[in-house]
Amino acid sequence: MSKGDEEVVTFDNVGLRYGTGKEVLSDVSFTLWPGSFYFLTGASGAGKTSLLKLLYLAQRPSRGVIRMFGTDVITLPRASLPNYRRRLGVVFQDFRLVPHMSAYDNIALPLRVSGVPEAEVTKPVTDMLEWVGLAHRAEARPATLSGGEQQRVAIARAVIGRPDVLLADEPTGNVDPDMAVKLLRLFEALNRLGTTVVVATHDLHLLQKVPQSMIMRLDKGRLSDPTGMLRNPPRRQTSEGAD
Amino acid sequence: MSETPPTLRGRLKRGLVPFRGDRANQLLPQGSLAGPVPWVIAIMVALTVIATAAGLALSNLASGARDELSGGATVQIIQADPGERTRQAQRVEEALANFPEVATLRQIPDDELEQLLEPWLGAGVDSEAVPVPALIDVRFRGEATPDNLRRIRAAILQVAPDARVDAQSTWLRPVFSAIASLQYLAIALVVLLAITSTAAVFLAARSALGSNRETIEIVHLLGGTDTQIARVFQRTVGFDATLGGIVGLVLGMGAVLFLGQRFAALDNGMVGGGGLGWLDWIAVASVPLITVALAMLTARVTVVAALRRML
Repeated sequence: MSKGDEEVVTFDNVGLRYGTGKEVLSDVSFTLWPGSFYFLTGASGAGKTSLLKLLYLAQRPSRGVIRMFGTDVITLPRASLPNYRRRLGVVFQDFRLVPHMSAYDNIALPLRVSGVPEAEVTKPVTDMLEWVGLAHRAEARPATLSGGEQQRVAIARAVIGRPDVLLADEPTGNVDPDMAVKLLRLFEALNRLGTTVVVATHDLHLLQKVPQSMIMRLDKGRLSDPTGMLRNPPRRQTSEGAD
Repeated sequence: MSETPPTLRGRLKRGLVPFRGDRANQLLPQGSLAGPVPWVIAIMVALTVIATAAGLALSNLASGARDELSGGATVQIIQADPGERTRQAQRVEEALANFPEVATLRQIPDDELEQLLEPWLGAGVDSEAVPVPALIDVRFRGEATPDNLRRIRAAILQVAPDARVDAQSTWLRPVFSAIASLQYLAIALVVLLAITSTAAVFLAARSALGSNRETIEIVHLLGGTDTQIARVFQRTVGFDATLGGIVGLVLGMGAVLFLGQRFAALDNGMVGGGGLGWLDWIAVASVPLITVALAMLTARVTVVAALRRML
């Protein structure tokens, strides 16, 4: 197997329960391949957000194995996790922008946390602001931005560092249908650059908009994979010249 | 918004590199730790400076007095008849002159005695009306050991039956004991103030951590390390503590200098020995430095401990 075909994330019989409650995720097994596009669907309460939390390393599972970029992240020391988080881009459902920072500084945050010199921060952040159409709102605080604008800032922040995996939780939940399609095109463009994209949504219309996508359907905490495609998908060619 | 993202820079070098400087400081909103913290630290530093200076001055006072008095003894000739008193005093001086252990001896002149007694008896005391003992100040070559005292007491009583010999350190033992108690009190105060300062910073850091939990979680999920986040708090607390430390040092030093002048004005030999040397001043000036270091350490430990509860 070539290096480009190494799995990005593997879940093997993963279960998650909060405290002593019942499992919210049970026996979840799948593999995310580089340059693939996934929709994570399911009814409210099916466990989409919990699965995403496991993916963006905000939660440890109660059982099972999670491998990320070839490493078992369950047994990894806490101090090593930031290095893995820096390879992920996350669009939170509630955006989670830093309230006292401008749009510019929010987008720049992943670069600064990753130690990119300040001189090298300005251009990509300015480019991203222009790309999401918010160049004129660079100094605006999140509280003064509309829901759609906040969402675009959150997306810009998630993609600024060219993550290996982009995780988006209901990214079209607060935007009109036109903007939803535009956001999907944006995710596709990133996907063409080699980023693995996982979009959690309950909007079934979106699924048809990305033909090459795979569906991960959660039902009461269990992942439906009747054909075994998620666990063992056929090999696909990743985009060339991604970097 | 165009469909194709701008040519983003190549993949980041994602080392666990520092996140520092002014930009890192923006992680906390301006003034999130300010408020009472610098003032609490200023008061603590001022009180610690005063307590430290007092403790050191008392230590110097006790040490100076002990050095001065440990090698001294006083011979009193308690005789109402002035002639006989003078004769016995003279014989005592002759007897003590033969002792090799005795370095110097000096009979206190009458006018000096009058000066000593003036506060109680008034000026122009008639030595016949109020018989005042003759006093001879004896300085030994070493310490006034019990053995030395016993031998000179035996020799003196043979030539001056009305004489009484007292080691000077014996008189002042209760004073030394009181000074030692005050020193312990000053040390206890310094320790208590340090604990209080630490507790104040701990509470301030916990409070700032609580009110910025959302921001910290975001940075944490973006790949921020505990050290990066703790450094931001540490730096903010350090700035507040430095500000408080400078104000506290100025207030404390002002109080110490004022008290020093007041005590110097007493013109009392014993109090005069309680000054501060340059090493003492360095120790006093190091109080705010130690406070800043303690505050930064407390902030770091508090924040790192809180962050460890997150994944």
